[in-house]
Amino acid sequence: MSIAFPKPDEAVLARRAEIVAGLQRLVAPEALIVTEDERRAFETDGLTAYRQMPLAVVLPSSTQEVSAIMRFCHQNGVKVVPRGAGTSLCGGAIPQADAIVLGVSKMNRVLDVNFANRTAHVEAGITNLGISQAVSYEGFFYAPDPSSQLACTIAGNIAMNSGGAHCLKYGVTTNNLLGVTLVLLDGTVVQLGGDHLDSGGYDLLGLICGSEGQLGIVTEAVVRILRAAEGARPALFGFERVEDAGACVAAIIGAGIIPVALEYMDKPAIQICEAFAHAGYPLDVEAMLIVEVEGSDQEIDDMLRRIVAIAEPFRPKTLKVSQSEAESTAIWKGRKSAFGATGRVADYICMDGTIPTGQLPYVLKRIDEIVKSYGLGVANVFHAGDGNLHPLVMFNTNVPGEMEKAEKAGEDILRLCVEVGGCLTGEHGVGIEKRDLMTCQFNEADLAQQMRVRGVFDPGWLLNPAKVFPLDGRLAA
Amino acid sequence: MTLLTPRDEQDASSIILDAAAKGTLLSLSGNGTKAAMGRPNQTDASISSAALSGVTLYEPAELVISARSGTPVSEVVRTLAEKGQELPFEPMDYRPLLGSRGEPTIGAVAAMNISGPRRIMAGAARDSLIGVRFVNGRGEAIKSGGRVMKNVTGLDLVKLMSGSWGTLGFLTEVTFKVLPKPERMSTLLMRGLDDRAAIEALSQALGSPFDITGAAHLPSPDRQGARTLIRLEGFRLSVDYRLNELRRLLPGFEAADILEGRGADALWQSVRDAAVLSGNGERAIWRVSTAPTRGPDLAAHVARAIDAQWFYDWGGGLVWISTSVNGDAGASAIRSATLAFGGHATLVRAPAEIRAQVDVFEPQADPVMALTRGIKASFDPAGILNPGRMYAGL
Repeated sequence: MSIAFPKPDEAVLARRAEIVAGLQRLVAPEALIVTEDERRAFETDGLTAYRQMPLAVVLPSSTQEVSAIMRFCHQNGVKVVPRGAGTSLCGGAIPQADAIVLGVSKMNRVLDVNFANRTAHVEAGITNLGISQAVSYEGFFYAPDPSSQLACTIAGNIAMNSGGAHCLKYGVTTNNLLGVTLVLLDGTVVQLGGDHLDSGGYDLLGLICGSEGQLGIVTEAVVRILRAAEGARPALFGFERVEDAGACVAAIIGAGIIPVALEYMDKPAIQICEAFAHAGYPLDVEAMLIVEVEGSDQEIDDMLRRIVAIAEPFRPKTLKVSQSEAESTAIWKGRKSAFGATGRVADYICMDGTIPTGQLPYVLKRIDEIVKSYGLGVANVFHAGDGNLHPLVMFNTNVPGEMEKAEKAGEDILRLCVEVGGCLTGEHGVGIEKRDLMTCQFNEADLAQQMRVRGVFDPGWLLNPAKVFPLDGRLAA
Repeated sequence: MTLLTPRDEQDASSIILDAAAKGTLLSLSGNGTKAAMGRPNQTDASISSAALSGVTLYEPAELVISARSGTPVSEVVRTLAEKGQELPFEPMDYRPLLGSRGEPTIGAVAAMNISGPRRIMAGAARDSLIGVRFVNGRGEAIKSGGRVMKNVTGLDLVKLMSGSWGTLGFLTEVTFKVLPKPERMSTLLMRGLDDRAAIEALSQALGSPFDITGAAHLPSPDRQGARTLIRLEGFRLSVDYRLNELRRLLPGFEAADILEGRGADALWQSVRDAAVLSGNGERAIWRVSTAPTRGPDLAAHVARAIDAQWFYDWGGGLVWISTSVNGDAGASAIRSATLAFGGHATLVRAPAEIRAQVDVFEPQADPVMALTRGIKASFDPAGILNPGRMYAGL
């Protein structure tokens, strides 16, 4: 438990009854959660090792209610922790004792879909998959697909600028977001963007995306929807050496091919996933690639033929081009179950650094050394096209000290990502998890500039204030 | 006026630190090819990236290129082409429109978020821009983003820098995500459609699974000369297949012509650079972004009020309008159109006295303007960087 929370404001804690009474006047009784038992459901998120009981939880149903709650909290100096579905892996939605949680999960309607303009206007509490489901009857989908897409909200996706397995072709949230309705700290409601492209002034929409709930509450969003490809099919390659898999990725891209997905798994990940999903993965290789391409049948055949030819010189030990829907599903089932399958064999923390892909063999070797030096194991899954690594550092919660060792190993891995020219987080966000590592990637001036921008929206550090920026060295209002 | 040309980031830092201390107002530029854009401003000196030149990193297999901000766009394009790659967002060249000479710089592409027809498919310059280094108005060298394409570490200041027209910082280095150059480009050309029918066809094409990379409509006064363009790019087999599918899908397109080669390249270049309208250097030029299906409504609304000519890119979502320079150069008609139909308009070309009188950029709602001013002050508290270039007093 090495991550600290700021000391709660005693004066605010003492005013809890008064604050709850104030909130009661603003929302319906069922929208306000005050009992300890019910609040407990909100004390953590996907980073379950850390938890904090909030003062209260409020689940508004409209932008007007969010505005009223924000105005009240601003006037009363109450901190606000925004929450979507609470799936953050970096603790982005973990509360604080002197804060209320403002959850947008009840605001989950589709407001408008325009297929001619290829936009969907939704309330921010809708799930990521909910958007795709709402437009699938016309063959459309919403592209960014984080693996929590069944549960996570578009509000959370915007806060974290979430990615997914298909960003090499379709981009991440910020590339697929056209507009938001944003409630500022003092309750003011602003519209940023709309259903058109690009901004007429400063790109505030781009700033909001990935700001981790520190600048305002997003209550509605206009997102770009796309017509799905006619079909998609993966091929699976197994390699005896990590270097060969890395070089094969470089060669595919070098040949002018941008597969819609390009996933890498190392030996421990292959074994764990195969034992769980029986996907037909090769157990005798050091590295595996799943390469997926899209298009009509003949386009897919042509593209996979090219990719197989490119892979040839790297002597894949296994080569399986999916021939059917069932085979495609099996190939993906293994990869998509990586987190769940690992959870069956060990406790783990999932890291999320990005590296320049050319550094892959070196970084994987170093990760192995780092994790071994703490006496732990690691399984690596990796979005190979864009360099986003997900090392799963495995430990046993019941062995005292192991979780701390896993956290330390994770930190060392992230430092390594920065050292080789990458970054601390590719798609999960900083949250509390990587907050204290920010100084590895940014110097004082870089961070101060970010904090001054943050201060334009929230000078008194009331909005999700325990996150992103190291607690020491913060700029005062 | 003094022209300052820092040789490196540190040099830029000391120049700006000194200017901040003395309250010296600075114009920011590359090679000055777009000096006639934005609001005219009165400054004491000019700082240029002209001496900050050269590609600093290029990893084709990682789809990433970094260059100092003063590097000519042509040099970046050439470097990428040697490895069969390109800037995905197809940056426009403003020189034909503005009648300027010299080499546009890659820093300006980032600072002004300059994109072209492929923006509808591949995103804007701001979407490919993954890292920046700049000096803020306090003389501090700042970095944001980096050289990897998936990066959510900290606030995304890259997006703020892109499209801030040098009002927040002096860019010293920019890093872009790049893409392979397609093997083949082919364009379906349909003649004689009116605006609405054309935009409907483009919407249908863009709503197909065929990854359209260009969708433009060039009206003509007699309609018979009107041209509707749909571009496909990719491997030969794929482009051929998709061309056939589109001709089947779009009513009336069975007989559409197919354009390839130099003629097609030149046509898309004239769409990209708005050369279709630039012919008469006397007229003002506006660039309006709106929802595609409302493009024709917006153009009709403007045409009812003033003498205007226009064409559409981005499937109807980008309307280029030329107006007479008399009066407010069409500002009130165009602003009332963006108010009615949504979107934003920028006055791209007009004599300085008009750009001084009318809003060049879309006016913002009060709370958004308040945030804009706050952000400006957070980067440039003394207000010395490109003061007034975007908004009066900013």
